[in-house]
Amino acid sequence: MSEPANNKRMSIIVTKGTLDWAYPPFILATTAAAMGLEVSMFFTFYGLALLKKKLDLSITTLGNAAMEMPMMGGHMKMPNLLGALPGMDKLATTMMKNLIRKKGVASIEDLRSAAVESDVRMIACQMTLDLFELRREDLIDGPELGGAATYIEEATKSDINLFI
Amino acid sequence: MADQTLDARGLNCPLPILRAKKALKDMAHGDVLTIQATDPGAVKDFEAFCRSTGNELVESTAAGKEFQFRIRVQT
Repeated sequence: MSEPANNKRMSIIVTKGTLDWAYPPFILATTAAAMGLEVSMFFTFYGLALLKKKLDLSITTLGNAAMEMPMMGGHMKMPNLLGALPGMDKLATTMMKNLIRKKGVASIEDLRSAAVESDVRMIACQMTLDLFELRREDLIDGPELGGAATYIEEATKSDINLFI
Repeated sequence: MADQTLDARGLNCPLPILRAKKALKDMAHGDVLTIQATDPGAVKDFEAFCRSTGNELVESTAAGKEFQFRIRVQT
């Protein structure tokens, strides 16, 4: 199959680094690339954590009023009061990871590799790197470093620009 | 390359699409990729995928909880 039938471009600003919020940008980026779009991802603030060599992603129940976990045929709400208990985030993260496996949902590691393989352009925010005292070598190989202007140039050329 | 079959059963969005794309990349014009899946969302997604990539969705069938798609490489 010759490459792409579809000359469109998409850019995504990735600002969140929790396990749940890591999904939308990587799912959309890999799918768009599979559909022949040229895709760029700009990782900034907490989103930059998704480029770390070793991913250790978690979720929190705090401030997440809509969160309901399937449990024994029903759904369990996660009241904020419970979320403040020590170990709750770890428990919720374990539950979520089990669900992900059980339902055949890809891991973030797999989706990230798929994005790299399909030539998604990844830009790590230089300012965030400095701000959080991360080093280039803490991140996977591949992403380039850039700033707001690098993103804006990409965005002006894109048909779809998302902020996640 | 000739016709191929892809077992995407048990995989959830977007894996059936990603795996299909991977398989299609090595196939030639006119070859047919048969995909088995259990993700109900794949029905709409393979329609959209084929419209966007210019490949032909020659068949989309459902039997119980299983779905089968046949895509003919057009590009």
